[in-house]
Amino acid sequence: MILLPVLPIIIPLAGAILCMLFRRNLALQRDLALSVSTLLLIVAVGLMAYTRDGTIAVLHVGGWEAPLGITLAVDMLSSVMLVLAGLLAVAVSVYACFDLDTPRVKFGFFPLMLILLMGVNGAFVTGDLFNLYVCFEVLLTASFILLALGGERPQLEGSIKYVALNLLSSALFLAGVGILYGMAGTLNMAELAVVVQQGERGGLVTMVAVMFMMAFGIKAGMFPLYFWLPASYPTPPAAVSALFSGLLTKVGVYSLIRVFTLIFCTDPEFLHTLILIGAGLTMLSGVLAAASHYEMRKILSVHIVSQIGYIVMGLGLFTHLALAGTIIYLAHNIIVKTNLFLVAGAVNRLKGTYDLHKLGGLYKERPGLSILFLISAMSLAGVPPLSGFFAKLTLIIAGLQQEAWLIVAVALIVSLLTLYSMTKIWAYVFWKPAPNELPDLNPMTPAAWFIFLLPMVGFTVITIGIGIFAGPVFDYAQSAAGQLMDPSGYINAVLGGGE
Amino acid sequence: MEVLLAIVIGTLYTGGLYLMMRRNLIQLIIGLGLLSHGANLLIFTAGGLRQGGAPILAEGEKMFATVPADPLPQALILTAIVISFAVTAFALVLFLRTYQAVGTDDVDELKETDT
Repeated sequence: MILLPVLPIIIPLAGAILCMLFRRNLALQRDLALSVSTLLLIVAVGLMAYTRDGTIAVLHVGGWEAPLGITLAVDMLSSVMLVLAGLLAVAVSVYACFDLDTPRVKFGFFPLMLILLMGVNGAFVTGDLFNLYVCFEVLLTASFILLALGGERPQLEGSIKYVALNLLSSALFLAGVGILYGMAGTLNMAELAVVVQQGERGGLVTMVAVMFMMAFGIKAGMFPLYFWLPASYPTPPAAVSALFSGLLTKVGVYSLIRVFTLIFCTDPEFLHTLILIGAGLTMLSGVLAAASHYEMRKILSVHIVSQIGYIVMGLGLFTHLALAGTIIYLAHNIIVKTNLFLVAGAVNRLKGTYDLHKLGGLYKERPGLSILFLISAMSLAGVPPLSGFFAKLTLIIAGLQQEAWLIVAVALIVSLLTLYSMTKIWAYVFWKPAPNELPDLNPMTPAAWFIFLLPMVGFTVITIGIGIFAGPVFDYAQSAAGQLMDPSGYINAVLGGGE
Repeated sequence: MEVLLAIVIGTLYTGGLYLMMRRNLIQLIIGLGLLSHGANLLIFTAGGLRQGGAPILAEGEKMFATVPADPLPQALILTAIVISFAVTAFALVLFLRTYQAVGTDDVDELKETDT
C-alpha cells in the first residue's frame, strides 16, 4: 500500500485550513497558497513517475479493502490530470498575487482556491462513484463562491445560471448513482465495471449511462446544455476565469472518460455514437458563437465549449488512437486555454477593457505580451509545430481510421473557424492602431510585471515543448489510452489480484 | 410500497422541473430542493425497501437470521442531504444578493450576461 494517492487531497485541505487560520495575514496567505500549490505539483509529478510504467497506485483508505472501503486509484490519465492541476494552481497563485484586488483576497480567495483544488484532485483520484459525487459538490461549492466573490452585478447574474444548471446536473448524477446502486449493489467503479460487463440488464444500464452523460455533459459544457458557461465564465476576475476554464469543465470531461471507458462500454454503438454526435454539435455551436462576439473573454469562453467538443470526439470514436488523442488534447487545452485567459487578464490590466473595438495597438506597446498571445492562439487553432497541431492530428487520423468522415469534416471546419476567431482577436487587440489613445493603467514596476508574466511564459514554453517533444508525449498518451481501453489492469489493481 | 414511492418520486421530479422553468428566483430554488429530495428518495427506493433488523451481527453469530435492511443507501442519502442543505443555503444567499443588486426576482431580467 502506498499513501501517495491521498496526498493531492490532503495537501490543499491543510493549506486551506492554514489560510483560514491566518485570515488577516494576506501576505502569508499568498505565500501559503504558492507553496501548497508547488508541493501539490511535486506530489503529482511523483505520482506520474510512480505510474509511468503502467502500475496503478491504489490506496484503500483505513485498510478497508475494496469494494467495501473508500478506494483511491491513480492511473496514468489521473496522474496527468493531477500534474496539470498542480501546474495550473502554481500559475494562478502567482498571477493572483498581482491581479486580484484586496477585498477579494480578504474574503478568502486563496483558501477557496485550495478547497476547489481539493475537490478537483479528489475527483481525479477517487475510485468510487459516490465519492466522485462528493468531490464534485466540494469543487462546485467552492466555485460558486469564487464566481460570486466580489458581488458585481454580472457576476451575480452569471452565478445564478451556473448554480442552477450545475445543481440540476448534480441531481441527475445522484439519481444515476442511486439507480446504479440498486442494480449492482456497489458503487466502487472497478466492481461496477465487472458487474455491468456480466450484467443482463442492458436497457437499464444504457438508460443510466445516458443520465451520467447528461450530468457530466452539463458540467463539461457539452451541447446542448452549455449555456451556463459563456454566461458565467467571463464575469469574474481573470485569475478566477483562468482557473475555471482550465479545471472545472475538464473534471466533467475526465469523469466522462473514466465512466465511459470503465463502466459503460458495453454498448458503444449507441452510447459512444451519441457522444460523438454531441461532440460534433458542441464544436460547431461553440465556434459559431465565438464568431459573433467582440469581447475577449466571451470569445475565449465560447471557445472552451468548442474545444470540449474535440476532447469528447476522441471518446466518441472510442479507439486506442482516439483516446490517446483525447488525452493529448486535454493536456494541450488546459495549458493553452488557461494561458489565453491569463493574457486577456493582462490586457485588461493594461487597458481596463476587454472590448475588441476599444482596444488596439498593443503589439507596438507590448511586443512580449503579444507574442505570448500569438503562440497560444495559434496553438489553439492547431498550427504546427505547436501542441494543438499534434493533438488535432491524432484525433483526425483516428477519425479517418474509423471512417467517420462527417466528424472529421466538422473538426477541420471548426479548426479553420478557430483560426478565424483567434486572428480576429489578434488583429483587433494587437495589430490595428488604437482607435483612441487608451491610457496605460499599469501601475506595476518592470520587475513586478516580469513576475506577473512568468506563468504565461511558462505555459507558452510548455505548449511549444509539447509540440517539439511530441514523440514522448504521444508515447505516454498511447500507454495511458491503453490502460483505458483495457480496464482489466485497473480492475485487478483495485479489487486485488485477478478475481 | 415501491409503486407508491415511485409515484411520489415522479411527482417530486415533475414539480421540481416545472418550478425550475418558472421565471421566479424563489420558485427556482424550491424546484432545486424538490429535485434533490426526489433523487434522495430514488436512492432509497432503488437500494431496496426491506423491513428487517439493523445490520449488526450479535456476538458469536456468523450469519443474519433474517435479511437486514441495507444501511448503505441511508448513509448515501444522509451525505446527499447534508450537501444539498449547504448548497441550498448558499443559493438562498446568492439569490438574495442578486435580488438586492438587480432589483427583481424575474429570471428573464437577468440577461446582461447573455449577449
